[in-house]
Amino acid sequence: MLEIFSWLMLFPLLAASLTLLLTRDWRWQAGGLAAQYLAVFVFTLNHWPLGMAAAQLVTGWMAAAIFGMTRAPAEAERADFRWIFHLFLAALILLMMFSAAIALNDWLAEAGLPLLLGALLLIGMGMLQMGISSHPGRTMLGLLTLLSGFETLFAPLENSILVAALLAVITLGLALAAAYLLQLQTETP
Amino acid sequence: MSAPILWIAVPLALAALLFFVSDERWCGGLGGLFSLILAALALFFPTDSAHLVFGLLSVRIDSTLTLLGRQIQLTPADQLILVLAYGIGAFWFFGALAVGAARKVVPFGLAILALLVASLAVTPFLYAALLIEIAVLLAVPMLESPGRGLLRFVVYQTLAMPFILLAGFLLTGIEAGPRDFALVAQAAVILGLGFAFLLSVFPLHSWIPMLAQEAPLYRVAFLFMVFPTFHLLFALNFVDRYAWMRESPTFYLAMRLVGLISLAYAGVFAMLQRHQGRMLGYFVLAESGLSLVALSLSNHLTGLQLIFGLIVPRSLALALWALSLAVIRPAVNSFSLTDLQGAARRFPLAAAGIVLAMLSLSGVPLLAGFPLRQSLWETLAAESPLAAFWLGLSALGLWIASLRALAVLLMAPADIPWQMDESPFQRVLLALGALALFVIGIFPQWVNPLLVNLPGMFERFGK
Repeated sequence: MLEIFSWLMLFPLLAASLTLLLTRDWRWQAGGLAAQYLAVFVFTLNHWPLGMAAAQLVTGWMAAAIFGMTRAPAEAERADFRWIFHLFLAALILLMMFSAAIALNDWLAEAGLPLLLGALLLIGMGMLQMGISSHPGRTMLGLLTLLSGFETLFAPLENSILVAALLAVITLGLALAAAYLLQLQTETP
Repeated sequence: MSAPILWIAVPLALAALLFFVSDERWCGGLGGLFSLILAALALFFPTDSAHLVFGLLSVRIDSTLTLLGRQIQLTPADQLILVLAYGIGAFWFFGALAVGAARKVVPFGLAILALLVASLAVTPFLYAALLIEIAVLLAVPMLESPGRGLLRFVVYQTLAMPFILLAGFLLTGIEAGPRDFALVAQAAVILGLGFAFLLSVFPLHSWIPMLAQEAPLYRVAFLFMVFPTFHLLFALNFVDRYAWMRESPTFYLAMRLVGLISLAYAGVFAMLQRHQGRMLGYFVLAESGLSLVALSLSNHLTGLQLIFGLIVPRSLALALWALSLAVIRPAVNSFSLTDLQGAARRFPLAAAGIVLAMLSLSGVPLLAGFPLRQSLWETLAAESPLAAFWLGLSALGLWIASLRALAVLLMAPADIPWQMDESPFQRVLLALGALALFVIGIFPQWVNPLLVNLPGMFERFGK
């Protein structure tokens, strides 16, 4: 049953990560990040107990909230037609990650193809976001996306509570660091 | 009491408390004192053995603590790392007091030290990557820099974590020998990438000079001192654990190659810089390269002794360099060589501190960095004269950079009088630092007893 949910979750995950990549509105970005963590929750639920997966979800949502709150005054990117190029890059990443997921399925068969696809999609989109901008907000958003992909990939390998707790601390820490960096940038003349 | 509580939980709690101390002197003084006490406790009370205190009280510190189903363990083999970490931390925190940076350096610095100590103690050791990442995130508010260097630092150090964790789990169960060569090769590539990010070797070093130019140098230098040291210990844990790695000639060749490229690159670029911060960054890169070259020596025990032996002179030189620059900072607009021209006329002790620290890190005779570098150079020359040539080239570049800094600091019109603008406390610290560089340079054997047991942490690799 959860396997079906995992397959279904791939579509909102793709939509969320594309939203994160293309939008400049902080509301959509915070929403996209929250949706990504919801997808990660569904994927990890196959391998982690509900409590642990839920803790990860709540942490992710807290990170999205921190990120959204800080980003409002700090976002100052120009709106232009770069989104077409970004969309093209996203399509390339999608193709690459699809073939990588199939190859990885031989190594990590117990993880399941939908989880691998989802994890690699997040990792790829995260790397893309980090690569296309040097804006601290965009870069940290990419880093959070990449790490959520890694957490998804890591879930079938490790179900230690300590690891889940440390990963949650890192997610929150990254969101706070992003908020701090954005704040510093706003204050600097 | 258990050792992880004493050397990890207590410093973390103290760091949290010190964060709320608003007085600069109290913060610096208490932080330095606590750090010194922790170092002394580590020196006089090894874990897992009973000690009689004042002939009355028997004290025993257990090495293990179980947390969320996992063990955190500080064994007697870790004792000297604790002494070094908290001892050097104390020196740094007292220095922060002298330059008015204690409120930023001490709480975050103490927490970072505690987390890095935890990274050595956690079992399985792979989880160290997570603790190191949390320490990296704590460095963000400590550095307080809006520039690109800090962002790149966070990104690069964070990217290391997934690579290392994934490689570690791919390698689970193949500690003894490679049964699946394809899997090992793929895991080795992922692991190599992870450690390249973590150790920031060439070409992933770009954030080091950037950060050193943008952020407050005293804080940056503290991170340049602690992070590479603990990263290297983490890397050595991998080498110690996996037989296929420590017995592979290709691994040592790769380490030597990366180390020499980093060294040569750092040497050449250090002498071309026009900013003291960037120079410091390239000297740090050279130190990482030097450790990797030491790791590549065919006599592993010698390599380990050199890696550990380099920690003290490096820490002293970096501390003195950063302290000297922080003393000069209020009188100059920036650390560009143009702005530093003639600074020796007003801050002779600080200027001497900068030049001595640079010369020590270049491996000039009579200074702390010389004996071990000379030993490394000699051993390397016996194995590969070409590698020794590249090491020499790097040392030459660093030496030229030091002489350039000396020339700039002295460059002033003759009518400007000599004066001494350092405060008495700053003079004492600078003089002590410079003296220590000479003492360790002339009597290196005085530090050796402190370091002789350190290779014991890696019982398989150190054989």
